[in-house]
Amino acid sequence: MNDKVIVCEELTKQFGDFVAVNHISFDVRKGEIFGFLGANGAGKTTAMRILCGLSYPTSGKATVAGFDVYKQQESIKKNIGYMSQKFSLYENLTVVENIEFFGGVYGLSSAEIRRRSDRLVNKLGLAPEAKKLVGSLPLGWKQKLAFSVAIFHDPQIVFLDEPTGGVDPITRRQFWDMIYEAAAAGITVFVTTHYMDEAEYCNRITVMVDGKVEALDTPGNLKARFRAASMDEVFYQLARGAKRSAD
Amino acid sequence: MNAVVLDHITKTYEAGKVLAVDDVSLEVAAGELFGLIGPDGAGKTSIFRILTTLLLPDKGAASVNGRDCVKDYKAIRRSVGYMPGRFSLYQDLTVAENLHFFATLFGTTIEANYDLIRDIYEQIKPFSDRRAGKLSGGMKQKLALCCALVHKPEVLFLDEPTTGVDAVSRKEFWEMLRTLKQQGITIVVSTPYMDEAVLCERIALIQGGKIMSVDTPANVIATFPVKLYAVKAANIYRLLTSLREDTAIDSCYAFGEYVHVTFRDDAEPDLQQWQQKLTAQGHEQVEAKKISPSIEDSFIRLMNEKQNGQP
Ligand SMILES: Nc1ncnc2c1ncn2[C@@H]1O[C@H](COP(=O)(O)OP(=O)(O)OP(=O)(O)O)[C@@H](O)[C@H]1O
Ligand SMILES: [Mg+2]
Repeated sequence: MNDKVIVCEELTKQFGDFVAVNHISFDVRKGEIFGFLGANGAGKTTAMRILCGLSYPTSGKATVAGFDVYKQQESIKKNIGYMSQKFSLYENLTVVENIEFFGGVYGLSSAEIRRRSDRLVNKLGLAPEAKKLVGSLPLGWKQKLAFSVAIFHDPQIVFLDEPTGGVDPITRRQFWDMIYEAAAAGITVFVTTHYMDEAEYCNRITVMVDGKVEALDTPGNLKARFRAASMDEVFYQLARGAKRSAD
Repeated sequence: MNAVVLDHITKTYEAGKVLAVDDVSLEVAAGELFGLIGPDGAGKTSIFRILTTLLLPDKGAASVNGRDCVKDYKAIRRSVGYMPGRFSLYQDLTVAENLHFFATLFGTTIEANYDLIRDIYEQIKPFSDRRAGKLSGGMKQKLALCCALVHKPEVLFLDEPTTGVDAVSRKEFWEMLRTLKQQGITIVVSTPYMDEAVLCERIALIQGGKIMSVDTPANVIATFPVKLYAVKAANIYRLLTSLREDTAIDSCYAFGEYVHVTFRDDAEPDLQQWQQKLTAQGHEQVEAKKISPSIEDSFIRLMNEKQNGQP
């Protein structure tokens, strides 16, 4: 039981009559890179926001880092990091100001924040940009910084909602190096992406279709099961089904 | 005739301190499907904004279908469609209201050109009463595209139209671009997806505000200068770490389930020996093979060469 950091049972979210997340069940293990795939509107962001303690489910159960998504939202927020699909830093604050702000939110002491902030800025090679507004940085840099800020307080789990959307091939790979590094340090990574090559980098993958979890396995097993040469084909077979039923 | 012409265009920001577009000249033929490919911050969006008359260049001239981007801006605005990267919708209007708004703005109706948008619009039509702000990320992109198309433009400028769009819809989207092209519409599109770059007739590779090359995707791939290998193992990250420590290796990067590798001095490894060596290092299920480069390999190589200051 202990090594399961996320447990979902029949988790459901409705907006009025519309069922955005439809009775989903799965577990995520500690230290795993867990890929959360699905077509547009499948319900990925909606489910992720519940798991991050940012919205309440309509029904079903879920715990994150051992905390209940109904009753312990604040404890969840302290133990996780979240990078939203929309950009999650302040564009009109500088690099360092953003780091200080989020460090403060997570209750780190100012000495600790300064120490970690220097280390981070150097590691990202952002020293020359430290006093620049985040809004003026290229997207790839922003995303790397946003990720670093999301794991600044050493959370148990980090949730990444399309962190590499719109990012060029070289920067995308640098971003995945950071993900691997975080996972190697014991942080569980829960990530969505529309790049199917990135699906291959995950330990296990779910594919959501119309609010439901339609498949959950390692990339290798999924490819074998669907007799597919690539994850792109697996995804195509699963998600195309959704389009038909929508007609 | 050329549909789009850029003639020595330069654009700077912050009183000349930031050079976004650096003396760029470019021609796109009428009816062509043309790609602008480059990393973020390369200057693609500035070029789109100059061509759609939303931004004045510092130097140089630009025209669309023979009309000057500065003097004839009104005529250009009526005849082109533009899909900016993000935030082009009214978040508090519904899906249907957004589309209707853009149709009215251009003095047309949704029905008049419905054929053009049908394939994409039918996917979001079930949600036509939903406010745009409540759509998922990819659904917003689909609506924005419909809005850019609803007046049947002569030239279509698409700035990363498929960012955030799922893999199935991206395929459908590019099929749609091909249909639009068949109807004679010129399309200039930027994308971070290299599998889409291949679908353009010609692409311009841009970095740091400069054009590095303009060619067909096939020619770009053909100029890949060295032999390329793919290797995989059970644990990709560990494999990548080992390969990075190997001094015989010139470059290596993850590529789906494989790692792509080039060797120093374009050396040719004995595949069997290489696999044995990796297995001895503790890697499992090692498999190595020689492969042909894809456009993504070409892109990565060109961008890295440029950054490292090589020719
Ligand atoms: N506040 C809301 N009110 C009404 N409907 C909503 C709301 N938030 C989300 N939805 C709907 O729920 C569905 C799932 O949306 P969600 O953002 O979770 O999708 P997604 O899987 O993240 O898609 P994408 O890949 O495009 O980001 C969509 O149909 C969306 O329009
Ligand atoms: Mg989403």
